[in-house]
Amino acid sequence: MIELEGLTKRYGDKLAVDNLTFTVRPGTVTGFLGPNGAGKSTTMRMILGLDHPTAGSVRIDGRRYQELKDPLTYIGALLDAKAVHGGRSAYNHLLCLAQSNGIPARRVDEVLDIVGLTPVARKKAKNFSLGMSQRLGIAAALLGDPRILMFDEPVNGLDPEGIQWIRSLMKSLAAQGRTVFVSSHLMSEMALTADHLVVIGQGRLLADMSMADFIAQNSQCRVRIRTPERERMLDVLHTAGITAVEKDGGLLEVEGSRAERIGELAAEHRIVLHELSSQQSSLEEAFMQLTAGSVEYHAHTGQAQQTGGTGPAVVPAQPVAADTKKES
Amino acid sequence: MTTQIIRSEWTKIRSVASTVWTLSLALVVTVALGMLVSALTRHGFENMREQDRLSFDPTYISFAGMGLGQLAMIVFGVLVVTNEYSTGMIRTSLAAVPQRGVFLASKVAVATALALVVGMVTSFLAFFLGQALLGSLGTSLGEEGVLRAVIGGGLYMALIAMFSMGIAAMLRSPMLSLGILMPFFFLISGILGAVPATKKFGQFLPDQAGSRIMQVVIPAGDDTPYGPWGGLGIMALWVIAALAGGYLLLRKRDA
Repeated sequence: MIELEGLTKRYGDKLAVDNLTFTVRPGTVTGFLGPNGAGKSTTMRMILGLDHPTAGSVRIDGRRYQELKDPLTYIGALLDAKAVHGGRSAYNHLLCLAQSNGIPARRVDEVLDIVGLTPVARKKAKNFSLGMSQRLGIAAALLGDPRILMFDEPVNGLDPEGIQWIRSLMKSLAAQGRTVFVSSHLMSEMALTADHLVVIGQGRLLADMSMADFIAQNSQCRVRIRTPERERMLDVLHTAGITAVEKDGGLLEVEGSRAERIGELAAEHRIVLHELSSQQSSLEEAFMQLTAGSVEYHAHTGQAQQTGGTGPAVVPAQPVAADTKKES
Repeated sequence: MTTQIIRSEWTKIRSVASTVWTLSLALVVTVALGMLVSALTRHGFENMREQDRLSFDPTYISFAGMGLGQLAMIVFGVLVVTNEYSTGMIRTSLAAVPQRGVFLASKVAVATALALVVGMVTSFLAFFLGQALLGSLGTSLGEEGVLRAVIGGGLYMALIAMFSMGIAAMLRSPMLSLGILMPFFFLISGILGAVPATKKFGQFLPDQAGSRIMQVVIPAGDDTPYGPWGGLGIMALWVIAALAGGYLLLRKRDA
């Protein structure tokens, strides 16, 4: 379990991490989501005691990082896959880490085997591809067989096979009851792996909820109706207590996922429909909406400016069926 | 716990190529240059001025390569520390060993032990081979002050490496550390120690003070205010200051 309490980091007059309070629990994959520059890596460095917080604290299983005896046996982390001395072999890199925490040398062979680097164990790390470096970093994180694992953007730059491997690894680690905390700037990636979601933007906490709740709250449904008998349809909907909005091109839109009810109404009143479809904003859109006010580097295109002013306000919670899928 | 970390640092230091080439370069350059100067001195002794012959120090002559050889020791000390920073390994290392004082102390202890062994071998080799080439002009370990000077040569090399580690821990960048230490020890310190106006100050610089221990014959008219061990003590104070500075910055900074 990782507990953050009012964690704050200030660089000069810029707040990189702003009063973060949340808990990462065991047995699930917790996604740590935010745009680039949101403060994810800074937060992770503070969790490991590498950067000193300006205010607030972090507890690893109830203790400060500095108080952990042999910390690699409590928490294993992959921050930067390339942070390895290039002239050292994969085996020796892992061996020196193992020795510093009193981990037996045979564990080095075990983790090399788990990540599939045994054939290149004696090769110098500088000749490794990004994918191999990523595997070496994960081997280092697994070295102490820790109850908590933390990965910073682990799928960045990986080929599809590597991505698949990391996804299933994270899920199996969580299934073993471990705490898995993984950062990403891609909602789509999180949707596939995370059970719980912590979203930050400009260092501030924007959401801390289960993936299911996030989907339910943030993917808005609309029903689009196209009919030659627009006025009659509007009357029927109005009588049924459904509010429809007129859109360009003779379209009608109704908030919520009520396509069945609308279809039944149209049939009952013998109204010809040319189109009746459920529309759903994707999770990626929902994430962008949520973080729009807190994206550090805006691309000044039409889309970004439209959403730019909405800010990280609470997204209107629409009554949406809990079993809604990402794609309609 | 400290034993674990020392073992870990030993694995780190033995598993990179720079350790081998810097230390072997320190040995080869010091010994070879000492041999060359010893051989030349023997041939040129007849033409030497009377004054120089009286203050002739065969032990010190065989250490003539130390000035250049110490540069390789500096590179060794700098790389041991800055390797962590230039690769980003420091974050992995400090996550594994969050007690930064213990981390730095273990690293410095392992590297110093290695530098001391290589320094002692270098010093004794330079002495014996130098004396052999000096022939009848040479001295022996049994003469007064000679053993102290030869052991002192090894200590001097280890202290130079330690001082470099302290500076490197403060500066973190290998280029910056070498860019300051190399010209300082190769040129600036020597100039400051030789120019009369700055001599009073220059003789308290780490290498000027420390190399006093390798001298057996004190030239006439020398008014250095410290003896061989006093000089080494001054050098040790510099080393302590550099390492303390490195530790304080390591503790304070974000990794």
